[in-house]
Amino acid sequence: MSPKAYRRRLDIKNGRVDLSHGSGGRAMAQLIADVFHEALDNEWLRQGNDQAAFDVGAGRMVMTTDGYVISPLFFPGGNIGSLAVHGTINDVAMAGARPLYLSASFIIEEGFAFADLKRIADSMGEAARAAGVPVVTGDTKVVERGKADGVFISTTGIGVVPVGLNLSAEKACPGDRVIVSGTLGDHGVAVMSKRQNLTFDTAIVSDSAALHELVATMVTAAGSGLRVMRDPTRGGLAATLNELAQQSKVGFRIDEDALPVKPEVAAACELLGLDPLYVANEGKLVAIVAPEAADAMLAAMRAHPLGRDAAVVGEVVADDHRFVQMTTAFGGGRIVDWLSGEQLPRIC
Amino acid sequence: MKYVDEYRDGRLARSLASSIARIADPGRSYHFMEFCGGHTHAISRYGIEDLLPANVRMIHGPGCPVCVLPVGRIDAAIALAERPEVTLCTYGDLMRVPGSHGTSLLRAKAAGADIRMVYSTLDAIGIAEAEPERQVVFFAIGFETTTPPTALAIRLAAQKKLSNFSVFCNHVLTPSAIQNILESPDVRTLGTVRIDGFIGPAHVSTVIGTEPYNFFAEEFAKPVVVSGFEPLDVMQAILMLIAQVNDGRHEVENQYVRAVTPGGNARAKAEVAEIFELRKSFEWRGLGVVPYSGLRLKETYAAFDAERRFGIDYVPARDNPACECGAILRGVKKPVDCKLFGTVCTPETPMGSCMVSAEGACAAHWTYGRFRDHARRKAS
Repeated sequence: MSPKAYRRRLDIKNGRVDLSHGSGGRAMAQLIADVFHEALDNEWLRQGNDQAAFDVGAGRMVMTTDGYVISPLFFPGGNIGSLAVHGTINDVAMAGARPLYLSASFIIEEGFAFADLKRIADSMGEAARAAGVPVVTGDTKVVERGKADGVFISTTGIGVVPVGLNLSAEKACPGDRVIVSGTLGDHGVAVMSKRQNLTFDTAIVSDSAALHELVATMVTAAGSGLRVMRDPTRGGLAATLNELAQQSKVGFRIDEDALPVKPEVAAACELLGLDPLYVANEGKLVAIVAPEAADAMLAAMRAHPLGRDAAVVGEVVADDHRFVQMTTAFGGGRIVDWLSGEQLPRIC
Repeated sequence: MKYVDEYRDGRLARSLASSIARIADPGRSYHFMEFCGGHTHAISRYGIEDLLPANVRMIHGPGCPVCVLPVGRIDAAIALAERPEVTLCTYGDLMRVPGSHGTSLLRAKAAGADIRMVYSTLDAIGIAEAEPERQVVFFAIGFETTTPPTALAIRLAAQKKLSNFSVFCNHVLTPSAIQNILESPDVRTLGTVRIDGFIGPAHVSTVIGTEPYNFFAEEFAKPVVVSGFEPLDVMQAILMLIAQVNDGRHEVENQYVRAVTPGGNARAKAEVAEIFELRKSFEWRGLGVVPYSGLRLKETYAAFDAERRFGIDYVPARDNPACECGAILRGVKKPVDCKLFGTVCTPETPMGSCMVSAEGACAAHWTYGRFRDHARRKAS
């Protein structure tokens, strides 16, 4: 068939994915061309190879991978597509790295609407272009109805770390400051507000965003004073600080009054019996920084739109028990422990 | 957050703390039981212990609905959920409560039972309407606070003539439990547990009012101060209790005037009285069999009673013999007195129910307060 031959376009408006779209035949080629290549277009995808080839520069490479299996797929402020781009870019960026390329793998449930798939692919393309990090290779599989929940996306990202920078989770030292880049819990509450059985009206939108440009300003401002960064996604700030406490063999002392939380998020958490410390973020980071570099880095963060609400929330302390302790706004002390199971609303 | 932050104000807390320190007699100690898990949670979550003088001790009472549910009832719910025709709807906190032989609703769900977490009884009604081929059972637990919503669901199911909806009723009564504690040998004769007064329930009292507590104040000569669940409420209630003890008074006082009246919520009480009746006795974890302490559906609503519909015969089950939940719920022991606490029993692998709910004494202490044990050990 010549490339100019007549080809019926996918019925994006009313059509649905069926098993033939994963079978390796013409239907699959069409799905990839009409949905994914169109949304994610770049020179590597245009080459149509099973892999992307590119030159690598000097410096240490970082690589990360993440699976996205969220429900609901669309939420205020984004969808699984933009999230799959932002989340993986952020994991690369937390090493202080400049993200270069992404790959994406889709597992689609039979019966999934083309229109939804296109919305997801389009927002993925938009997020990748805005971040300047192209999706250069991908894969598509279709599974029988009931074997997946709409669509699952896996993305892998690679990036390069500036020479001389070496961030790592075991580097937090007593006396270091803990800085968060903005308000906590926005993403989790935005997603929860659309969950089945829990729909409530809120103006809160997800904070889903690519943080690599903010990170670049932080690296410039703090230099070797920057010890480690992590994005507090699932499990929220509480999980991140507990992980870092274990890995660096230290404790943390944070101040509840200093935690940035939007009043709407605080209210939704209050209503549901949740604690914003444990609620997921998708466009925030936690940085541990040497005390002498903290002020300069905080100022640099606040000058960036994604770090406008950045705040010092506590410090690293020596603690054999690796406790994350918090002075409550009320004046007492408590532990901020690991989350047990899922955070569940209380009965009364 | 308006109307909430006011009750968590650190400046007011310090001023209340200094009032408490001023009136607390250094020549004696004060032992108060907060009945409700909601108070236990507030005390631990906000670190209230750090704001109290050393001679004021709070004893965590049995008012955590998840904690007092006996293992046998969890077993019965799991057995129900394992029936192929049944969809069991439950509040989230119950999912991880251990049943006999390492089972739980969460594990039963993983093994294929149709168990769904709901946020309201009306969600369960919705499921029953949407899936008429399923037998939808609502696993109802809780004190007087959660009973009216269950009553409402049953009335609604009757109106809608829903033949596939029923309730596995485990609702219990607060006054019976308080009386049981006060009459227990630990408190009355042996003196193992000293209780100088009670912080009375918050949400429960919005329904039943303050009048039901008059009997305890008089008969057992113990002051009761009904208190809200916010940390400043709790601090103020403690101040009021100390004042009563100092004056030799034993009255029912109401700190939670913004929500609680002497007579309570007449409409909610009428709703409950229409649907439910007293059981002769009901087993409580920690307290044992307590007469006239639980509710079941009246004969008129028998069609919605899961116990009748599925012929559930209650089989009591034994707790783990090393688990001290029972003694902890009665105030006889503290979480750290239990050998299992923090070793094999943690929120990830709870052996007893006090470790499951955030309101349970063990979970609250483990999650928020265990750093104090290390500090104490170091000091001694």
